[in-house]
Amino acid sequence: MRSEPVVQVQALVKRYGTKTAVDGLDLVAREGVTAVLGPNGAGKTTTVETCEGYRKPDSGTVRVLGLDPVGQSRDLRPRIGVMLQSGGVYSGSRADEMLRHVAKLHAHPLDVDALIERLGLGSCGRTTYRRLSGGQQQRLALAMAVVGRPELVFLDEPTAGLDPQARRATWDLVRDLRDDGVSVILTTHYMDEAEQLADDVAIIDAGRVIAQGSPEELCRGGAENTLRFSGRPGLDVGSLLKALPADCSAAELTPGSYRVVGKIDPQLLATVTSWCAQHGVMPEKISVERHTLEDVFLELTGKELRS
Amino acid sequence: MTATGTYAPKPGAAPLTRMIAAQAALETKMLLRNGEQLLLTVVIPTLLLVLFSTVDIVDTGAGEAVDFLAPGILALAVMSTAFTGQAIATGFERRYGVLKRLASSPLPRWGLMTAKTLSVLVTEVLQVVLLTVIAFALGWSPHGNPFAVLLLLVLGTAAFSGLGLLMAGTLKAEATLAAANLVFLLLLVGGGVIVPLDKFPSGAQDLLGLLPISALSDGLRDVLQQGAGMPWADLGILAVWAVVGLAAAGRFFRWE
Repeated sequence: MRSEPVVQVQALVKRYGTKTAVDGLDLVAREGVTAVLGPNGAGKTTTVETCEGYRKPDSGTVRVLGLDPVGQSRDLRPRIGVMLQSGGVYSGSRADEMLRHVAKLHAHPLDVDALIERLGLGSCGRTTYRRLSGGQQQRLALAMAVVGRPELVFLDEPTAGLDPQARRATWDLVRDLRDDGVSVILTTHYMDEAEQLADDVAIIDAGRVIAQGSPEELCRGGAENTLRFSGRPGLDVGSLLKALPADCSAAELTPGSYRVVGKIDPQLLATVTSWCAQHGVMPEKISVERHTLEDVFLELTGKELRS
Repeated sequence: MTATGTYAPKPGAAPLTRMIAAQAALETKMLLRNGEQLLLTVVIPTLLLVLFSTVDIVDTGAGEAVDFLAPGILALAVMSTAFTGQAIATGFERRYGVLKRLASSPLPRWGLMTAKTLSVLVTEVLQVVLLTVIAFALGWSPHGNPFAVLLLLVLGTAAFSGLGLLMAGTLKAEATLAAANLVFLLLLVGGGVIVPLDKFPSGAQDLLGLLPISALSDGLRDVLQQGAGMPWADLGILAVWAVVGLAAAGRFFRWE
């Protein structure tokens, strides 16, 4: 892993009028795939668009591939690929026309026909952009982001509204980009997407990064896991609790159905089963529930709806 | 998973001239493919030229009607492309994120603007050729210095481009569509294109004479119909509009 981060954001502040969209955000993205998660209005798009050079920070510094996206935009632009959340194509242009055009703006573009084939856009033929389906428009925008053979690609919600096949095709392309050494920054609402693709996940809320790490680290750290088992009703939960480490909790949820919450590791599992053995209990349906990224996300950002 | 190397980074901008040429070609293609744009830039000027030259609707003064009308219609053609067409197209490009997307491509902003100007000029050459052929068929006999005509057309294009881009870069796309069409219609009627300015009350004449369309149609008419030399007053008016319009567009244009 190269020591130089592909994206380095320090104390970024960005306001729109009186509203603070990004509030002292720090983010370091290294080679590979970095997913930026966050509720609506958390500041994901503002952060990414500042990295792309569209917005000037009110304060703080942003470096992308070591360059200032605003001041050194001319050097940076050929090296990055951008997929906007929507649009970006002449409404009267044909599906492949805009892609061929963007290819012409680069010195060593990908083979356009192969890319069209790869993303299943070959059937669009002479259809104009405004008549393409939403999924086809998304895939075209993705193709436009990668056709110039960039070092770093920004994808803003690349699979929003896609059907499962198109989603899979997008994921496969992101994986191939990564394997070929292209770094990817993607924002998404889909936790499974981040779990599937990302080497590193940053969770943003209210304009700040509130957690960052690999999906495994995020699911392990902080968030508590759950162990459930069934046995005869009315077991002495107090005695079980005494056998467990101090930071665990145990409860009989419904008669005969028990739940232990805490850091569930092999040692803890052994403690629970030996406690059962001591009390002559056969634990049936014993299960360990690992926290998903979605649990972690909801735990960190709350469950109430955002505007 | 194995890396195939297909997507291995190899970034780089294409040479500037290639980028600008590609952009200009695409912009021109988009314009010529758009039915509404063709109506505005080709069908309306052609119809007006043929109709008013052959049917005696407006009193165009002494001489052949086509000698009065052709310069006015050439001015209208410039306005339809540089102002109305460019404003509407650019307004929707802004609305649909095309300008935004291109802003993160290797093509610099000034390169995009240069390409837009080239595309306008290419369209105008096509318009002038078509309208000139039709005017000749209607018995047009132009006079004057071709260089003066060229200078008027170029300054007129600059003036209308500035105003069109100012509108496209500040108003919503729908508002630009409505306003650009309204302005086109008002200037068509009140800018000496087919109706001589001396049909208006004298106070209004002085004011209307300061409009860019009036300066362009009057200047072209002085040269092509009367065989005058350099129409300095009209060139001056167009130059002022060009400077003010382009400066305001540069200052207030919002890319998204």
